[in-house]
Amino acid sequence: MITDQELQACILMIYGLLAAATIISFFLEKTIIAKRGMQTFINIRQRINSWWVMMTVLVVAIFLGKIGTIILFALISFLALREYITMTPTRPADHRALFWVFFILLPYQYLLIGLQWYGMFSIFIPVYAFLIVPMRSVLKDDFDRFLERTAKIQWGMMVCVYFISHIPALLYLEVDNFQGSNVKLLLFLILVSQMNDVFQYMVGKTSGKTKIAPAISPNKTVEGFVGGMILAVLFGSMLWWATPFTKFQAAVISAAICLVGFFGDLTMSAIKRDRGVKDYSNLIRGHGGMLDRIDSLCFAAPVYFHIVRYYFSSTQNF
Amino acid sequence: MIGEMLCSIVKFISGAHARWVDCPCEDKQRIYFANHSSHLDAFVLWAVLPSEIRQKTKVVGAKDYWEKTGLRRFISLKVYNPLLIDRNQNVTPEDPRHPINQILKVLEDAYSIIIFPEGTRNAEEGVKPFKSGIYYLALKKPDIELIPVYLENLNRILPKGEILFVPIIGSVVFGSPIKIYPGESKEGFLKRAEEAILSLEEK
Repeated sequence: MITDQELQACILMIYGLLAAATIISFFLEKTIIAKRGMQTFINIRQRINSWWVMMTVLVVAIFLGKIGTIILFALISFLALREYITMTPTRPADHRALFWVFFILLPYQYLLIGLQWYGMFSIFIPVYAFLIVPMRSVLKDDFDRFLERTAKIQWGMMVCVYFISHIPALLYLEVDNFQGSNVKLLLFLILVSQMNDVFQYMVGKTSGKTKIAPAISPNKTVEGFVGGMILAVLFGSMLWWATPFTKFQAAVISAAICLVGFFGDLTMSAIKRDRGVKDYSNLIRGHGGMLDRIDSLCFAAPVYFHIVRYYFSSTQNF
Repeated sequence: MIGEMLCSIVKFISGAHARWVDCPCEDKQRIYFANHSSHLDAFVLWAVLPSEIRQKTKVVGAKDYWEKTGLRRFISLKVYNPLLIDRNQNVTPEDPRHPINQILKVLEDAYSIIIFPEGTRNAEEGVKPFKSGIYYLALKKPDIELIPVYLENLNRILPKGEILFVPIIGSVVFGSPIKIYPGESKEGFLKRAEEAILSLEEK
């Protein structure tokens, strides 16, 4: 049972926001349909409904404790990597390497968190998975586009597995004067980064003009980026009570999450464009695939993890 | 019961879903023809069909393949009850045991069928030249729609010669029906059928 009152407040706030979004979408139904068309409205409604599901899954995992949370993010990594590899041109010679990637390397990275072996956790994928992937492929004696194939698999492991694994790893940090409350560190990252996506979408849709990288993403505008970031930073600083940060620190850290997250979003869009697809899959109604939903989180997670670890943890056992 | 469960499992593993891009999903007699590159092909294509259509659809498979191991015998007998063709027999085209006559018999019983005109699994890109069976079926049954089906990524989930699967997302793309033109040559028709499948790669 969750006894932490701040955590209870966080969860109540999440459902409050979801309820508010649902109610507002009912009130604005006619306006949105008149101004933006039926399609946009259906998409917004689907997005909100999917948010209810995603947030409930997250809350259930938090209830189940550290192990439950690790398993949830291992599954998220698995689904994201599945979408990434599906879109990546691999050859039959990579088959065994891919089997290792999905069923041995990915679970092991998450096992390392549970074992609290920080040294190995922080180098396993950049060093050992990096070595194992080409070692397993090269035996198949197929050099066609070898560097391209290997590099793309390694990149997928970094983005979908290594970076995402930093989210549940937050639970094992020893933050000064914050013992047993780490799940709120995790919620702070997820809430700020996801609210940033929502704010950018809203500001971009209503007043976006100056496109940042129109070839990659026609929806990304300077106005959406700046406006979304300001709102998300305000949101983050108002969440300071749930964190070990001061208001100012919470604002600076939120800004870092938003900035890096924005580039995560744009980078993953560039990869989709290059492969000529719009979404990574159709797993989450209204949002696209798992990777479409977590693209900003992928990039923000390791940066946030390191900020917390270096500035707020004096023991650094994990 | 076991059949429905196995279908769900196969759909889950392969992540495969049907995409009816140029052809509505309808409950009528059809000949589905697809590219062939994985053990999964026949089963997945059959499994993604809605169950009421699936019950009236038979896979045409090779007898030696489907009777080789216990698992294959179990799947073919208990689950999808395919039409098994003996690839090695030597009979005249008039003989009822001739593969084309066996398939025509199934079509006369109002079943839809799934065929793989390449004849065997292809480990390369694209498709192998089609065998002529599909041409004779088109000639003898001009009223039945011939639907090209592109099986995408199934060969990456379980390539020829591998036993371990990799969880890549597959899909089954249904294209617009093709018909034989009056007086069309065998080669011309087969080429067009191959291209009908390859054109779905981009959709």
